[in-house]
Amino acid sequence: MKKYDVVTTISYPKKGAMGKTGNWRVFRPVVHKEKCVKCQRCWIYCPEGTIIQNKDGTVSIDYDYCKGCGVCANVCKVKAITMEREGKEK
Amino acid sequence: MNVMIDTGNYIAAKAAVMAKPDVVAAYPITPQTTLVEGIANYVASGDFKGEYICVESEHSAMSACIGASSAGVRTFTGTSSHGLLLMHEMLHWAALARLPIVMCNINRVIGPGWNIWADENDSLSQRDTGWIQFYCSSNQEIFDTILQSFKLAENKKVLLPVMISYNAFILSHTSMPAYIPSQKEIDDFLPTYDPQWKLDVTNPITFGNIIGPEHYEKVRWDMQKAQDYTKKLIPEIANEWKKKFGRHHGDLLEKYRCEDAEYILLSMGAIGAESKVSIDNLRKENIKIGLARVRTFRPFPNEDIRKLAQQAQLIVIDRNISIGSGGILFNEVTSSLYEQVDTKVTGFIAGLGGKDVNFKDIENMCKKAISGKAKNSQWYGFEEVM
Repeated sequence: MKKYDVVTTISYPKKGAMGKTGNWRVFRPVVHKEKCVKCQRCWIYCPEGTIIQNKDGTVSIDYDYCKGCGVCANVCKVKAITMEREGKEK
Repeated sequence: MNVMIDTGNYIAAKAAVMAKPDVVAAYPITPQTTLVEGIANYVASGDFKGEYICVESEHSAMSACIGASSAGVRTFTGTSSHGLLLMHEMLHWAALARLPIVMCNINRVIGPGWNIWADENDSLSQRDTGWIQFYCSSNQEIFDTILQSFKLAENKKVLLPVMISYNAFILSHTSMPAYIPSQKEIDDFLPTYDPQWKLDVTNPITFGNIIGPEHYEKVRWDMQKAQDYTKKLIPEIANEWKKKFGRHHGDLLEKYRCEDAEYILLSMGAIGAESKVSIDNLRKENIKIGLARVRTFRPFPNEDIRKLAQQAQLIVIDRNISIGSGGILFNEVTSSLYEQVDTKVTGFIAGLGGKDVNFKDIENMCKKAISGKAKNSQWYGFEEVM
């Protein structure tokens, strides 16, 4: 990253450049691995790139950056992802 | 060196084209029209090789300049009055994004009532946008200041946009001679713009992303620091210009016969030029008076004015008003003295709506202030309605 003589409003893209942006989430996606058919639709559709592809083909969620939009749960054909309210007893 | 006898706007167009901007984006408005028409003529003749974008409004003109400047090229535009006001949001953006855009604003009345003559309220309403603001008093000064402004704006410790204001018609449409250096001389003075960062798909960066309070505060703090730095840089660039081309219009202030002055008149723009005639006449009457013409309103020459106030009483003429408060220059002058220098300051509001302010009027105001009969702040020229 270059240093400048003035304070700028530009930023370089990198993971977490804006801090952990998942902290305003109201609903969290929960993956039920036993139902997952490894189709990767959630990974394709996630607008934030917060679906982690596991080695066995299943998926996990990066909760540091997931905003809880629910797109993944909505596109999952086998309902392997459910949206659950944050703060609710697990 | 050639002499060009032409109007302020055509001379400004000449200066802009000699700076070789890559993009000019503008929308015509009286009395700026002949400035952009002048640049269009240089497009037609092939002398201007940059991109000339005719946009649909002034908001778009400034937006296009912001886009072009973000892409790392030199940009220029010009406007007036309502056009400048329509740009207001993007003026803040240009300064906060640290884009060295250079713009001429031809000072014109704000309507209603509809009026196209000289008045400084348009540019002074943009006081807090972060732009550096010059006020010129001759066509030669317009030419010289435009070229100096690119150098100032593009300095890597500054990176702020610059607005060069001059009075409608009195300068914009009045022919005067101006010395024009050769293109080579200009190129030697003003090298090609080398952007510190730019829009570049091979090296992606984000522009104007969301930032938290502590970072935002730093952005503002740094803009203030940069403007403070220009108080040193503006005289340096003016001096370099003087060495190269032999002309000098002053630093932040242009001082005229101030040496032994007991009274100093502060004014801007065309009234500033006219004031010199008044000073000469008053000196003939053995009144020890001088002139400090304010060239830069931002940065404001606080230190210089304080120094003058230590030797003299001040008289301020404003062709503008902050309604509900008073003359804008008067307010800035008095606040720069606060708790540091105790001297009398007399303010006049004169020439709003383009009303003529000639040397006789200026002499009358000075004499009224010197007589001690003047109020701290008053209107000049229509006592009958008061």
